[in-house]
Amino acid sequence: MKKEDRLESKNPMEGFLRMDRIPHIWCPGCGIGTVVTSFTEALKKSKLDLDKVAVVSGIGCTGRVAGYVKLDSFHTTHGRAVPFATGLKLANPDLKVVVFSGDGDIFGIGGNHFIHAARRNMDILIICVNNFNYAMTGGQVAATTPMEANASTAPYGNFEFAFSLPYLAEAAGATYVARWTSLHLRRVTKSIQEALAKPGFSLIEVITPCVTLYARRNRLGDGLNLLKYYYDKSVIEHGADTRTLDISYQGKLVVGKFVDKEKPTFLDRMNEHMTKILGDKYVKYGE
Amino acid sequence: MKKVKVDPKGVLTGSHYIDGDYAIAEGGLAAGCRFFAGYPITPSTETAERFSERIPHVGGVFIQMEDELGSIAAMIGAVWGGKKTMTVTSGPGFSLMMENIGLACMMEIPLVIANVQRGGPSTGLPTLTGQQDMMQAKWGSHGDYEIIALSPDSPQECFDLTIEAFNLSETYRVPVFVMTDECVGHMHEKVVIPPAEEIEVVERKWYEGPKDKYLPYKLDKDGIPFMVKAGDGYRFHTTGLTRDERGYPVINAECQSVVVPHLVDKIINNADKIIMLEEDEIDGAEIVVISYGITSRVAIRAVQQARKAGIKVGTLRLKTVWPFPEKRIKQLARKIKAFVVPEINYGQIVLEVERCAAGKAPAFHVPHCGGWVHDPNDILKVIKEAAK
Amino acid sequence: MVYFGDVKPIKGKIHIKKDQCKGCAFCVEYCPKDVLEMSEEFNVKGYHPPFVKDEDACLYCQLCETICPEFAIFVTIKEEEEEGEKGESRP
Repeated sequence: MKKEDRLESKNPMEGFLRMDRIPHIWCPGCGIGTVVTSFTEALKKSKLDLDKVAVVSGIGCTGRVAGYVKLDSFHTTHGRAVPFATGLKLANPDLKVVVFSGDGDIFGIGGNHFIHAARRNMDILIICVNNFNYAMTGGQVAATTPMEANASTAPYGNFEFAFSLPYLAEAAGATYVARWTSLHLRRVTKSIQEALAKPGFSLIEVITPCVTLYARRNRLGDGLNLLKYYYDKSVIEHGADTRTLDISYQGKLVVGKFVDKEKPTFLDRMNEHMTKILGDKYVKYGE
Repeated sequence: MKKVKVDPKGVLTGSHYIDGDYAIAEGGLAAGCRFFAGYPITPSTETAERFSERIPHVGGVFIQMEDELGSIAAMIGAVWGGKKTMTVTSGPGFSLMMENIGLACMMEIPLVIANVQRGGPSTGLPTLTGQQDMMQAKWGSHGDYEIIALSPDSPQECFDLTIEAFNLSETYRVPVFVMTDECVGHMHEKVVIPPAEEIEVVERKWYEGPKDKYLPYKLDKDGIPFMVKAGDGYRFHTTGLTRDERGYPVINAECQSVVVPHLVDKIINNADKIIMLEEDEIDGAEIVVISYGITSRVAIRAVQQARKAGIKVGTLRLKTVWPFPEKRIKQLARKIKAFVVPEINYGQIVLEVERCAAGKAPAFHVPHCGGWVHDPNDILKVIKEAAK
Repeated sequence: MVYFGDVKPIKGKIHIKKDQCKGCAFCVEYCPKDVLEMSEEFNVKGYHPPFVKDEDACLYCQLCETICPEFAIFVTIKEEEEEGEKGESRP
C-alpha cells in the first residue's frame, strides 16, 4: 500500500463521500462543505445503517450535495426534492430520507411542496442551506434575501419581505425546527442527529456564507469575514417563539432549536385511520 | 424481459359495467401498481377516486399531492423506492408534469401517466372532450427524448392498454402515456377483467450482480440498463444532468452524444415491437382513414357509408401513437390514393402522416375543435373528396 | 502543564490534502491552538494551502476537520500512528 492510499483509507470522510468526485464545485470560502461534514458527523454518531439513508437534492449549489454523498442519492429537478422524497419514503418506509437543498430550491420554487409535506408530517428531514440568494445562477434575489441587501436582480437593494423559515415550518406543521449558522459545527451536527432519530417532518436551516455572490455584491468581505459575522451576530435562544425569528440585513440572528414535538407521521396516520375504518379488510402498509 | 404472474390482490376478476377512468385504475391495480400520486382534474378524477377506494384493500399508497408537479416528482421517487406507479391527469395537469417527464426520461424511469384529454388551450373545456395533447405527449418536455403513447378507444381497452403501458414502461424504462379522452374516460361499457393467473406482466429489470459492480446506466445487451431500489445497499447516484454510466454528471458534448442517442434509440429501434395497429380492409383500399381514440369509433360510420357509396376505404387505428408507425405509413403511401385523418384538434397527427407519406399520397385532415366528436358526415365528405 | 493523575492529553497528527484545498483559511482562523498557518506555496489549483506550524500543540479536537468545506484536512491520533498504524483512526 502506498503511503497516500493508506492515508486516504484513514480519511474519515471516506465511506461517506464519493471521493472520486472531490474536489467539489463549491467556491473557496463557501460553507456548504462544512454543513456536509456536520451531516456526515451526525450520520456517524447516529449509528444508522447507511444503506438505509437516502439523500435527495433539488437544483442549485446545495443541490449538488446529493452528487457527493456516498449514499443512495438523487439529484432531482428544481424545487421538487421534497415531493420526490415523499414518494421515495412512502414507497420504501424503511428508508431515512434526507432532503439536502438550498433556500431557493425548497422555499422559492418548491415552497408549496414544503408546506404540504410539513402539513402531512411526512417522515423526512430537510437540511436547508440558506445563503440568502440564488447563487448557482449568479446571485439573484431570493425569498430569503433580507430587506435592503443587494442582489443581481435587486441592484438597488431588495425591497421585498423575506420568509422566516422556522416560522413557516412551524406554522405548516413541522415537528422539529432548528436554525444554526454553518460555524455552529457541533450544534448543527447535534441537531441533525436529533432530527435523524425523530420520526416526522424536520427542518434544519443552516445559514451559510455565499462568498462569490452575496458577500461580494454587498461588500461583506470574504468567506471568513462572513462566517465570523454570522457567528458573532448569532444569539442562541432555544425554544424562541418562531414569530420573532425574522432576519434583517446584517442584523441579529436568533439561532437554536425552536420546535421539538411529537405527532404521528403520514404513514402512522394512514395505517391507524384505515384500520379504524376498514378493520380487517385493510391491508396494512409498510409494517 | 422477464414475465411474471400478477399479484391477485389487485385483480378484480369479472365483468364490470364501468367507465374508462375506472378501467384505467383497474388496469393499473391489475398490473401491480401500488403507488398512485395524483391531483384532481376533470375529466380524469374518477381514476384517482377509484384507486383511493381500492388501494387500502390491496396494500399500497394513494396520496393526493399538492399539485401535478408534486405528483410526478413523488412517482419518480416511488419508482426508486421500488414501486410500480401511475397517475392520471388532463391537459393543464399534463402541462405541469412536463418538466419532470423530462427527468423521468433522463433517469430512465418506468411509470405510467394517463391523460384523459379535454379541450384546451389553458383551462379550455374541463368537462368536454379533445385530442389536442397528442403532440405535447411527444414533444412537451424540453430536449431530445422518446416516450411511448397509447390511445384506447373503449373502457375495455383502457384496462388492457394500461396493463400494456406498464409492461412497455418496464421493458424500456421509459414513461408511457395512456392518451385517452373525455368521451372514452366517461363512457360506461362492459369491461371484462380476466382471472389473475391469466395476466402476465413484465417484471422490473432488477440488477442481480455484485453490489460494488453496479453501474446505474451501463447498458445491458438489450440496450436497457438494470435497476435497483434505494435501501438495498448499492449507494448509487442518479441525476437529471447529462450523466455517465455511473450516474455521475458529466457536462460536456461527448457525454451528451452518448446519452441522447441512447434515450431516442431504445424506443425507435424497438418501434416494430412496440407499435400496435388495428387495420381493417386495408388491402386494395384507395383511401385509408387513420384515427385513434374516440374518433376511430366515430369514423366507423363514415367509413361504412363511404363503402356503401362504392369507395374502397380501409381503416388504420393507432393503438400506439408514439413511436409513430412510420414504416407502415410509408408502405401504404406507395399503394393508396390518399389518407384521411380525422382528429379532435386542428392538425397534429395528420402532420406525422404527411411527413411519413412524404408526398407519395396526400393526407386530408378532418379538423375538429374540442367539446364534441365529429359528425360522421364531415368525415364522409372528406373521404369522398379524397377519392375523387 | 499540570495533568491530573494518569490523564494525558491526546495528541493529533494532521493530514492536509494540499491539492484539494481552496485556501479559505477557516482551519487556520478557528484552530484553538494555532497549529496551522497559511503557506506561501501554491497548490495545483493556485491556492495557498495551510501548513502545520506547531503539531505538538494539536490536541485532536478535529475542529479543522469539521470546518474544512473542502474535506481537505483531517486528524488522526498520534500514538496510534507511531504504534504501527493499526486500529481505528478515531476513538
